[in-house]
Amino acid sequence: MRSAPTPAQAPAATVPLAHGSIDLWMTVGVGLRETWAHKFRSLLTMLGIILGVSSLVAMSALVKGMEVGAKEALIAVGGLQKVRVEPQELPVEQRHLQEQAVGITINDVYALQASAPLVKRISPEIRIPATASANGKNFRTFMCLGVWPVALELTEHVIAHGRMFNELDDEMARSVCVIGTGTRNELWGSPEEVGREIVPLGETLYVNGLPFTIVGMFPHYESEQERKARELARQQAALQSTNAPAATGPARDRGRGRRGSNFAFWIKNATIYMPLNTAYMKFRSGITYSGFRGSSSGEGNIGDPRLSSLELKIHSVDRLAESLQQIRNVLMTTHRGIEDFSFRTQEEWAENINAFIRNARRSGGLIAGISLLVGGIGIMNIMLASISERVREIGIRKSVGAATADIFIQILVESVFIAMLGGLAGLLTSVALVRLISSFSPTENAPIITVLALSVAFGFSVLVGVLAGLFPAVKAARLNPIQALRYE
Amino acid sequence: MALVELRSVSKIYHLGGEEIRALDDVSLDIHEGEFISIIGPSGSGKSTLMHILGCLDSPTHGTIQLDGRMIQDASTRELAAIRNRKIGFVFQFFNLLPKLSVLQNVELPMIYSGIATRQRHQRALGALQAVDLANRAKHRPSQLSGGQQQRAAIARALVNDPRIIFADEPTGNLDSHTGEAILALFRRLSREGRTIVLVTHDPEIAAVTPRRIEIRDGKIAEKVDLTLAGLDRPPAPAVLAP
Ligand SMILES: Nc1ncnc2c1ncn2[C@@H]1O[C@H](COP(=O)(O)OP(=O)(O)O)[C@@H](O)[C@H]1O
Ligand SMILES: [Mg+2]
Repeated sequence: MRSAPTPAQAPAATVPLAHGSIDLWMTVGVGLRETWAHKFRSLLTMLGIILGVSSLVAMSALVKGMEVGAKEALIAVGGLQKVRVEPQELPVEQRHLQEQAVGITINDVYALQASAPLVKRISPEIRIPATASANGKNFRTFMCLGVWPVALELTEHVIAHGRMFNELDDEMARSVCVIGTGTRNELWGSPEEVGREIVPLGETLYVNGLPFTIVGMFPHYESEQERKARELARQQAALQSTNAPAATGPARDRGRGRRGSNFAFWIKNATIYMPLNTAYMKFRSGITYSGFRGSSSGEGNIGDPRLSSLELKIHSVDRLAESLQQIRNVLMTTHRGIEDFSFRTQEEWAENINAFIRNARRSGGLIAGISLLVGGIGIMNIMLASISERVREIGIRKSVGAATADIFIQILVESVFIAMLGGLAGLLTSVALVRLISSFSPTENAPIITVLALSVAFGFSVLVGVLAGLFPAVKAARLNPIQALRYE
Repeated sequence: MALVELRSVSKIYHLGGEEIRALDDVSLDIHEGEFISIIGPSGSGKSTLMHILGCLDSPTHGTIQLDGRMIQDASTRELAAIRNRKIGFVFQFFNLLPKLSVLQNVELPMIYSGIATRQRHQRALGALQAVDLANRAKHRPSQLSGGQQQRAAIARALVNDPRIIFADEPTGNLDSHTGEAILALFRRLSREGRTIVLVTHDPEIAAVTPRRIEIRDGKIAEKVDLTLAGLDRPPAPAVLAP
């Protein structure tokens, strides 16, 4: 006689204890409404997560940008295969042999060529602290070097205009030189300033008063980031005034800031190369008065046979240690056991870069981690508060058949939901933050946001949501329904 | 076999060394289709008894058998399932979730029994129709009158087609006219074959039911069984037949 008001008696009767799980969408809906109902509170709660996620992403983007910039610069100066041999003060126990120390000379070059097969290329260098003059202007550079033509390969230079001086020029000690665009810019003006690219081939350049004929010029070297920035600026300028002369266009960065990897490019552009012999004859032999007094070490004095440094290129980076040992053995022989030289490898630089990046990652990660922790505590706090507000709700849910696990999952889902919202907001904030940072310092290495960084940061926010929700969820699930229902 | 068999059930609370016997050695049978009132003054243990009968609470001593199942052996998960499938509660303060619509409130038990959305919808609407509230399905509880809220709560208690419905002072928070309408609804459900236990302190309300159990200081004081006296379902003068 029982006419049920509902059409379904069957499921309840036939499957009496098969217990269903909660409806995820309904729970998310409730969570969304809860979050929306307490907008300000939720925002405060999420703030920690937002800060954590955005600092994590921004930090990793900055570090990534620096890493890419530094690697670019490393390649621009010749890569890891390059080894530099420089004069060094004698070690303490050899101080008494000071008089017999010969320094780095051309003999070392020949010895290395003969007995160091692991060395692929050798370029001796005489560095001339120079004032370059032309076109009525002066320019001081410490990148004025006497080198062999092979220096091109060692220092990753290419000739864009004219030619490199050759062995003959060197043998004859001809007064020729090859310059970088930085030198050109200082003396003749940059293309942006002048409105056209000046190529001063055949012009005379005075180095410390002595005339040199410019026979070649390098291209303009710049980082990927600089190139993009310049191109963008040019496009914008072109949009603004199509008829205006290019002289108003954006200037190339001359590295005035002299910071970061751009400095490596600036130095490279400020180069003046002349044949090694020429440098020796003109500035060291005493035949011609150079008008320049050398440094305190005595280098640069008239008749001084010493080279400033050797640039070596080894065959394989993998055998760096072995190669260094070989070079060392040869030089110890030519220097008669006196250790007045030292090695500089780019590996040190690369190691420094890596160490810096590691440190930056670590400290950035720590900051982000603390923010996320604080965010997690905030979420836990808010979930606990919301549970004591909702004791009655939990009692009601239990009275209609919610199991402990159902309540547990509900609170956990809400916690993760808030954390995920915070995480998403953090991702958006991080993009804005990175934009802001790069607009503050456009010449620095552009921060690079990677998908990996985004997903790791978001993953962390979800993790924080789970961890922060665990305790409140257990607490809620354990509530005694009677107590919860009596709660007025 | 009775639908519910309560044997020597006691519920003892300890408050600062003092022993409170909220229920003291209560034995009771409830049969399928019965309409019972549990009556007694405030603090006599009515709610405690109802919570134990409804598997919301467990007794300190004694045994309960519901629909052939020994309740004290059941796990919390099984108890939740039993509350979900076999028991419907109606409370004095309605206990609807304020953030959900009336329809969602009525759907709530079915969410925990894992019923598909569309079927849930249909059954919830059916239950609302049965209490004459289908036109308020989309409203929030706060937008309804007390009587309407209580009818929504009754729809929620009915929706999973339980074996027994417990109502704790269901008219306690309503004016007398609305209260009578709610009682009329229970009478109708009883006529349709539902098993209903009505908890009240009001003898006039208890008069509606054929069987009355009086409880005092946690003990059953008196049983009035009108079924056995042949006075099954007397027409209550105050209540209009629906
Ligand atoms: N959690 C508790 N702790 C201590 N005493 C309680 C608790 N719950 C109920 N009681 C006591 O048990 C007795 C019965 O309570 P209750 O069943 O709510 O009575 P009624 O519903 O008949 O008003 C009361 O004396 C009450 O104070
Ligand atoms: Mg009570």
